[in-house]
Amino acid sequence: MFAYIVKRLISGAIVVTLVSMGVFALFWFGPRNPALPLCNIDTSNRCRTALLHSYEENMGFNDSVVHQYGLWAKGVVVGRTMELGPRPYKCHAPCLGIDYRTKIPVWDEMKQKFPATLSLAAGASLMYLIVGVSVGVLAARRRGTWADKALVTGSLLISSIPYYLVALLAMLWFTISLGLFPQTGYFPITHNPAKWFAGLILPWLVLGIYGSTAYTRFSRGSMVESLGEDYIRTAKAKGLPARTIVFKHALRAAMVPVVTIFGLDVATLLAGTIFTERIFSIEGIGKWGLDAVTVKNLPVVSATVMVASVAVVLSNLLVDLVYSVLDPRVRLT
Amino acid sequence: MTQTISDRPDAGSAGVPAEREHILEVTNLRKYFPVKSSGLIRRTVGQVQAVDGISFAVPRGQTLGLVGESGCGKSTTGRLVTRLYDPTSGSMKFEGREISKLNRRHMMPFRQEIQMIFQDPYSSLNPRHTVGTIIGTPMKVHKSVPKDKVLPRVRELLALVGLNPEHYNRYPNEFSGGQRQRIGIARALALAPKLLVADEPVSALDVSIQAQVVNLLEDLQKEMDISFLFIAHDLAVIRHFCPEIAVMYLGKIVEIGDRESVYHHAHHPYTQALLSAAPDVKQAVIGGRRDRIRLEGDVPSPINPPSGCRFRTRCPLAQDICAKVEPPLLQVGPKHKVACHFAGELGHAPKHPVMSDLLGVDEQGSPVPGKQATAVGNEPGYDSSWLDLKSGRTVTA
Amino acid sequence: MTTTASQDTSDRPDLSPEERADEPLLVVEDLTVRFPTHDGLVQAVTGLSYQLEQGSTLGIVGESGSGKSVSSMAVLGLHDMKRTQMSGSIRLGGKEIVGMSEHRLMKIRGQEAAMIFQDPLSALHPFFTVGKQLSEAYLVHNNVSRKAARVRAVEMLDRVGIPQARTRVDDYPHQFSGGMRQRVMIAMALINDPKLLIADEPTTALDVTVQAQILDLLQELQRDFNSAIVIITHDLGVVAEMADDVLVMYAGRCVEYGPGKEILTHPEMPYTWGLLSSVPDVSADADARLIPIRGNPPSLLSPPAGCAFHPRCDHTDKVPGGLCFTQLPELTPASTGGNHIKRCHLANPEEIYQTEILPEIAPDLAEVITQGNIDEGQREDEDEDR
Repeated sequence: MFAYIVKRLISGAIVVTLVSMGVFALFWFGPRNPALPLCNIDTSNRCRTALLHSYEENMGFNDSVVHQYGLWAKGVVVGRTMELGPRPYKCHAPCLGIDYRTKIPVWDEMKQKFPATLSLAAGASLMYLIVGVSVGVLAARRRGTWADKALVTGSLLISSIPYYLVALLAMLWFTISLGLFPQTGYFPITHNPAKWFAGLILPWLVLGIYGSTAYTRFSRGSMVESLGEDYIRTAKAKGLPARTIVFKHALRAAMVPVVTIFGLDVATLLAGTIFTERIFSIEGIGKWGLDAVTVKNLPVVSATVMVASVAVVLSNLLVDLVYSVLDPRVRLT
Repeated sequence: MTQTISDRPDAGSAGVPAEREHILEVTNLRKYFPVKSSGLIRRTVGQVQAVDGISFAVPRGQTLGLVGESGCGKSTTGRLVTRLYDPTSGSMKFEGREISKLNRRHMMPFRQEIQMIFQDPYSSLNPRHTVGTIIGTPMKVHKSVPKDKVLPRVRELLALVGLNPEHYNRYPNEFSGGQRQRIGIARALALAPKLLVADEPVSALDVSIQAQVVNLLEDLQKEMDISFLFIAHDLAVIRHFCPEIAVMYLGKIVEIGDRESVYHHAHHPYTQALLSAAPDVKQAVIGGRRDRIRLEGDVPSPINPPSGCRFRTRCPLAQDICAKVEPPLLQVGPKHKVACHFAGELGHAPKHPVMSDLLGVDEQGSPVPGKQATAVGNEPGYDSSWLDLKSGRTVTA
Repeated sequence: MTTTASQDTSDRPDLSPEERADEPLLVVEDLTVRFPTHDGLVQAVTGLSYQLEQGSTLGIVGESGSGKSVSSMAVLGLHDMKRTQMSGSIRLGGKEIVGMSEHRLMKIRGQEAAMIFQDPLSALHPFFTVGKQLSEAYLVHNNVSRKAARVRAVEMLDRVGIPQARTRVDDYPHQFSGGMRQRVMIAMALINDPKLLIADEPTTALDVTVQAQILDLLQELQRDFNSAIVIITHDLGVVAEMADDVLVMYAGRCVEYGPGKEILTHPEMPYTWGLLSSVPDVSADADARLIPIRGNPPSLLSPPAGCAFHPRCDHTDKVPGGLCFTQLPELTPASTGGNHIKRCHLANPEEIYQTEILPEIAPDLAEVITQGNIDEGQREDEDEDR
């Protein structure tokens, strides 16, 4: 298994590198002049052509794309001094660029913002599994009864309301009207765990319950199928109690397809959830990335894309490893 | 000086050239499936020797049965004949013309002549196509029938297999298992093929329906003069349907001959074991269970088959020579070939290996210096002379 | 009266110990199983009755839709009672199964009665090792340590003929061949020394040499454990070799029942004739014709009126008054007497069988049986003369 993990990490690194090249090329060969955003930011949108040309020169846009990419890549490993317009900035390793607006190395900002997204993702994904799968299993065990129909209908209703509406309403009701969760937002866990928890509990619940509806439907279907398998009949014929049959025999088999979508969802969550972060004032990378796109803050955008691609690679690897643990027939090659 | 015992039979019993007598001749057919290693670079680390050098012939208008247990390669053989798999090596001649290496375009006309009936009537019909589409598509693809004549022909075929001709607009899930198998047969007949490969056509059906379908195939054979390659594991059905039978084990043919020889004078210990294992209503009724030949253990892996004779790991007669020298198919009767060093009827196995002289080895299988091996060819069909085991002499018809 | 899974719902009490001693191990009386579905009421089993003593084997023969599997699953209470209507009586060791609480049923399953299924690849859980599944079966009914259960698992694997049991106990089902997997299933079923073993088409998915091994194994184990076996199959050859008694089912009802030898030599119901004549025998005369049963198995939603077999029967014209189409025949004793019963309106089935059927399907067998009859007739005459 160790060799397999190494192999996957190597191919994952290749994927991430290719993505970085893609993002780099996208901005280099994009329709608008890439030096323009920085110029605009510096001069409050009064960028004149001559100044623009000097920015382009300084930032290396008159150079070849390959050479510039090489410099960027080297900078990721050992750090570099970047020229942003008139002044040079020191960017220590790993150098993902300098934020056009704040002139702070992107990596430093990332170190502050990513934990917020990570906390949010961790809590929400846990809720997906716990709430979604439990409800799904419950519905599957009682399939055909009114309880089953109620659960499925309920989850369908929730998922048909647009997410931002659900989040806004939750915010309005619980925080503003009822004052139940007064301070939403991210507070570093290392400073004050209780505050960290209190600040995230509402977004966890909202994002978690909303997203779990898909898991309910999916788990239910998967469980129903699993419960119809021949080996369940054998288990019953052995005299096993119903709980053992459902949770030991059927659930494990039913989880395989659920793990797949879970992997995809975790990757998505780690790339940042824009609505949740905006509405609940969480300074995560989703919000940060969205703001950067609006002003074409290239280094920040490319950094968030890189984070997303790393998340996808890692979560896929995790999913495959979990498969091989769940299903002994799966051989990792 | 080498002598070939079985020369290629150029003339059959009636002086008819072999191409006219045999509709299909398969010589030394091999199919190996590569086993790839894990790792970044996937090298081939082994071969699954699914079919390993078999030769047989299907007489025109007749049936050859291919019987064996799971893993023997009979289904793979069926797919090789219809070119659903490409052979690794060997020759397949259909009406005298070589078809084993033809590319897709050249193979097309032959696909009209060689058709296949599949085992599982539930998964071999596309559930999204109507019965009419299923049966009519081959005709449209090969343009064998003008477009406006396709539907009448579909209805004819439905009637031919015993279904209601008006049901061409129905979907497969509206039919029972036996009826679906009939649809599969109608589809196979749509192009008026000369050779039908039937891969376990009745195994998935209820007992009473099996008989219906077997009778249908018999009637069709008589009416349309179709040759069959009938693949099954049920000895009783094979015996009923096939006048000539080949028994396969782990990719090789171990015994081939006419019905009488194989079923009543089986010379290979595997055939004898198979026959003794089949439950026998008559025997049980008359009284007492006959002694069953117990085969111990499992079939070995086709990736790493035993040296010499592949059956030796489970054979009650195995001796040293069996591990050292692989026994070729030797003709021991007018229409009977066996691949065994100790070939003989049940209870009359010879004490000394029957082929050691021919193969230039001593009785333990070690080569005898100075003695030349006589090449025992692996050709399809039968020769006019054979080795009579009782007397030890070559007999000519 | 409201019922919960923890309460018995039957109004038939279990037998007292004295009554139990007199009775055979398994007694099924007038069992009826119905499934309400969207399309209507599926009458899977109707009025089925049979008995089985310890140490003997009953073969239940039938095709798909005959109700054979449904009736056997009912013996272990494996049907979902929320979706099933069941009536009649099944007494296993004196205990009434129909209406038994789930709690008590769980104690019986795998302990007093066990079942093995058709396809061992899908019947064994692919994610757990064979050893774990075996130990689980043992631990459910025995309060022992995990280690002791594992020892027992290895013991059973060895007993059913799995080579290198001590290492193979940690293998997964997909690492075994088909025959070995079926042996594992048998080991799992017998691990608690059940009194009754139900085998539902145990050899259908297996090769013929492996089938022979498995049947031999079952008979050997029966001798050692003195268990009763119900073997469900469509293969008359299997039944001929293994079964003491044979029960033929059609459209959910018993249509013929009696000692195996009698049913196979003197069958008295056209469906049984059809089964015997539509199966080619490996040692039968090569010129024997295959006479299939025309038509298709009946719908269990709306079975034909009268005798359910009449649409496929070639002998309805021999019954006066068209009874076959209007009246369901009762189970009546066969002409050979004894325990042989059949459900048919024909007045002289034996004659029809000897004169019409037998010569077609087994000319040489006809001679043997006729000779047997002649011998018996001679013996009877001799006895009378004495």
